[in-house]
Amino acid sequence: MEALTRGLIALGAGLCMGLGAIGPAIGEGNAVGKALEGMARQPEVTSTLRTNMLLGCAVTESTGIYSLVIALLLLFVF
Amino acid sequence: MGDIDHGPRILVEFSFFGLCDVKISQTVLSSFLVMIFLIILSAVLGKGLKKRPTKRQVLVEKAVSMLDNLVRDTMGAHNRVFVPYIGALFCSSVFGSLISLLGVFRSATADLSTTITWALITSVLVWANNIKRNGILGWLKGFTEPVAPMTPMNIISEVAQPVSMAFRHFGNIAGGSVLTSLIYAALAAGSHAVLSWIPNKVISAIPIFQIGIPAVLSIYFDLFAGVLQAFVFCMLTMVYVGAACPPPEESKAEKTE
Repeated sequence: MEALTRGLIALGAGLCMGLGAIGPAIGEGNAVGKALEGMARQPEVTSTLRTNMLLGCAVTESTGIYSLVIALLLLFVF
Repeated sequence: MGDIDHGPRILVEFSFFGLCDVKISQTVLSSFLVMIFLIILSAVLGKGLKKRPTKRQVLVEKAVSMLDNLVRDTMGAHNRVFVPYIGALFCSSVFGSLISLLGVFRSATADLSTTITWALITSVLVWANNIKRNGILGWLKGFTEPVAPMTPMNIISEVAQPVSMAFRHFGNIAGGSVLTSLIYAALAAGSHAVLSWIPNKVISAIPIFQIGIPAVLSIYFDLFAGVLQAFVFCMLTMVYVGAACPPPEESKAEKTE
């Protein structure tokens, strides 16, 4: 039973992080793409765009971080 | 998986005059070191201010005016009372995360206790200002808007604000430190696999791959993530509290009439 538990924990942690990494990556790619378009149209607001893009990427990353926390919790606590 | 990061270790445990047990963990040590450093830094930078500023004073004034402009742009000119709090929060967060660069200390922000405390301070600020504006019953009635069945959703989203802020900050910093320790273990295993053909026992046990590579990774995990997460935490605090403290236009209009 111990081996089955360990195996299922590993499976759960892998699925959690793997599926949780898809969403933020797509979202941040879109955000950076739009920011680059804006920078190409109006180079003088580059620093404003860069600051707001980093801010938006950090907030979008948060659901991926929730998945990481759950995966680490599964691996190291259970 | 023996030497992987398992959470803050308790360093010292003693009984406080027989009343209670006091446990000093790595987080408490790091937080106290950050506090002492910030007190000494502000005392050194803030003394001897002259009307003809020295170079150091010019830099300090530039930093303070950047902070003031940031709070004024995000929260409005009527909310300048929050500038010291945002400055203290940002400095505590940045230095609390960067103290792990000194090697022996664990980041103060790699503990959920630290980040949930800061997030709860933000939430209490928001709730207190809402209650001051609308009264307790008005604030509670605000949860039933726009329609009564939306109440559970409104309560959940209100609770989700501090929880998400705390977990975002904690997850980035603590996850970075767990990943760094896993990479250290992997590099030790890799260098043992490569060096095991050397017959000398001492040389083949040297984890040679551990030199240099973790330092490059720590530029992202410690420096970049620490500063960025502190900035994001402060921006979210400013946005939430600024939304709860609108400009006092109505009272001014009544007074001029």
